[in-house]
Amino acid sequence: MATQNTNRTPKILLAKLGLDGHDRGVKIIARAFRDAGMEVVYLGMRVTPDQVAQAALQEDADVVGISILSGAHMRLIPRLTQALKDRDAGDVILLVGGTIPEDDVEPLHDMGVQGVFPVGTFTQTMIDFINSSLESK
Amino acid sequence: MTTGSGSSQEPERKFQTLSGLEVKELYTQDDIEGLDHDRDLGVPGAYPFTRGPYPNMYRGRLWTRRQIAGFGTPQATNQRYRFLLEHGQTGISTDFDHPTLTGYDSDHELAEGEVGRLGVAIDTINDIRDLFDGIPLDEVSVSLTINHPAITILSMFLATARKQGVAWDALRGTTQNDSLKEFHGQKTFALGPGPSLKLTTDIIEFCTKHVPNWYTVSISGYHTRESGSDAVQELAFTIAQGMTYVESTLKRGLLVDSFAPRLSFFFGCHNDFFEEIAKFRAARRMWARVMKERYGATQPESMRLRFHTQTLGSTLMRQDPQNNIVRGALQALAAVLGGTQSLHVSGFDEAFDIPSEEAMRMSLATQLILAHESGVANTADPLGGSMFLESLTNSMEEAAWDYIKKIEDMGGGSLHQGMLQAIETGYIEQEIARSSYEYQKRIESSDQVVVGLNQYQSENNQPLELFQFNPEEEDWQKKRLAEVKSARSQSDVADSLHAVTKGAKNDENLMPLIMSAVEVSATEGEVMDALRDVYGEYVDPGVF
Repeated sequence: MATQNTNRTPKILLAKLGLDGHDRGVKIIARAFRDAGMEVVYLGMRVTPDQVAQAALQEDADVVGISILSGAHMRLIPRLTQALKDRDAGDVILLVGGTIPEDDVEPLHDMGVQGVFPVGTFTQTMIDFINSSLESK
Repeated sequence: MTTGSGSSQEPERKFQTLSGLEVKELYTQDDIEGLDHDRDLGVPGAYPFTRGPYPNMYRGRLWTRRQIAGFGTPQATNQRYRFLLEHGQTGISTDFDHPTLTGYDSDHELAEGEVGRLGVAIDTINDIRDLFDGIPLDEVSVSLTINHPAITILSMFLATARKQGVAWDALRGTTQNDSLKEFHGQKTFALGPGPSLKLTTDIIEFCTKHVPNWYTVSISGYHTRESGSDAVQELAFTIAQGMTYVESTLKRGLLVDSFAPRLSFFFGCHNDFFEEIAKFRAARRMWARVMKERYGATQPESMRLRFHTQTLGSTLMRQDPQNNIVRGALQALAAVLGGTQSLHVSGFDEAFDIPSEEAMRMSLATQLILAHESGVANTADPLGGSMFLESLTNSMEEAAWDYIKKIEDMGGGSLHQGMLQAIETGYIEQEIARSSYEYQKRIESSDQVVVGLNQYQSENNQPLELFQFNPEEEDWQKKRLAEVKSARSQSDVADSLHAVTKGAKNDENLMPLIMSAVEVSATEGEVMDALRDVYGEYVDPGVF
């Protein structure tokens, strides 16, 4: 468990970029992460990449999880990775979930997204991913 | 091919509906002992309408096959409409993109990447004109699936119809216009609960007087269900929304029988076959009783609940997507046995993207096979009297009333106030988030089997031919918007928007003022900005 290797509870910042209102998944994830002992901050919907990067810095988040089901991920994620870099927060673990086509997974990794989780991914898979990423950090 | 590669051990089965209602081994007459035929069932077409809204149901007229569509520019969507009308569809349902749904123009910062992506982009009245080009608005019923900006889009639509020479009383379409479900359902809100309820009521009042055959509100449970609610919650919150609209309109001094016949409903349909059928039947009985007993309706038309059904996209899996065709067929069958008036079967590829033309063709075929080959449309309410189904219908109704009473208590006895409270305090969102999480946990633990996902996984998943979105459409739409903006009279626009602001401050019915604004090419975003300036913008509280 990551909590045994670090001095504090892992802190995860969740948000939805853009205007899409499909928030069932991100809310399930928020509850699952909380039940797994993580500290969860959910910014809600309709936030901009800049707002997420700013919050990641302020909250000193270990992980940033972005949920997008609008198909706009290829436009919005590069904005976010740039905004994180601009604030020297590029080392945060970045996860993206939602309706992500298979063909977009590699390009997202290349942009600096560590974990891509299409709809249907089990919460336990994400929790395991986060814990092992934090351990190897 | 699907192989039985899942666990070979049968997990211990729990016998309950997806909402958690107990299901017994056998139902007998004892389970429906208190059921009074005349009081609780009646015959189809008569109060309390449990068995259906019309006496001969689908013998008289089949349900409307209304596959929703919308993507890209108005021109691209217009092409899809013509395709669907040529292939047996009988009504049009418009899906708008997220910027349009939330009241932002295509050139707004937040709109980037979403213009025309999940629906059609509408900025000005020119877009509405192009969207319905060549479609006879007095013959084809049009459903405008929009909520907080509904007043703006409907104004554009009515102005366009007038320009085409179609009289308003010949229009038979629908505005979704269910502002309250936005806070726990679709989440495309722009304004807070109070102001958006005012706009919904403005539309009801205006149409009752000027567009008499228009269905003013499609009171929606579908989005609530997609947000993760269970069937009982969907039923309860939807009926509560409807009651709130009735109370809010009665306060304007309209007689209940003058507007209630133009309220319709919209439900989702999930996998639990009998629970869904029971839900539809319970909804009809609940609405009939509340309209008659609580609001004093005297006309059967005011008590008769009619509804559209969309099979739930959230039940569709990426794994073995062809299995989704079977899910869609079962859900569609439940909707038909529940007595739906119109139906959309979600595309089997929707876990990947908006449906391809091939998927839409399958969805229409599913409906046509049910209608013409299965025989289920030959008699009204074929399952009426089933001991299990009648018992389940009673249980659904009882559980839904418990929720509604709780909401009423929050308003100190006023349902209208209680509903606003229940939304503002996040009560409804939290109830839904809890159900949604519980369901996910049951799937992850395999307590709930989902074929291909947690059991019986297939080894070879073939890639699908998916919908191909043209990213250039965003640029086209922005260019169009810029052209309209530069060609219009800026002073006319400024004056008309000022009038909207003033009307909002004076609490006038805003429909005529907004129509004047869109007629001089004020954009949707500009009108909504004027409203946001007066009422404030609603920001997602991030409840989970």
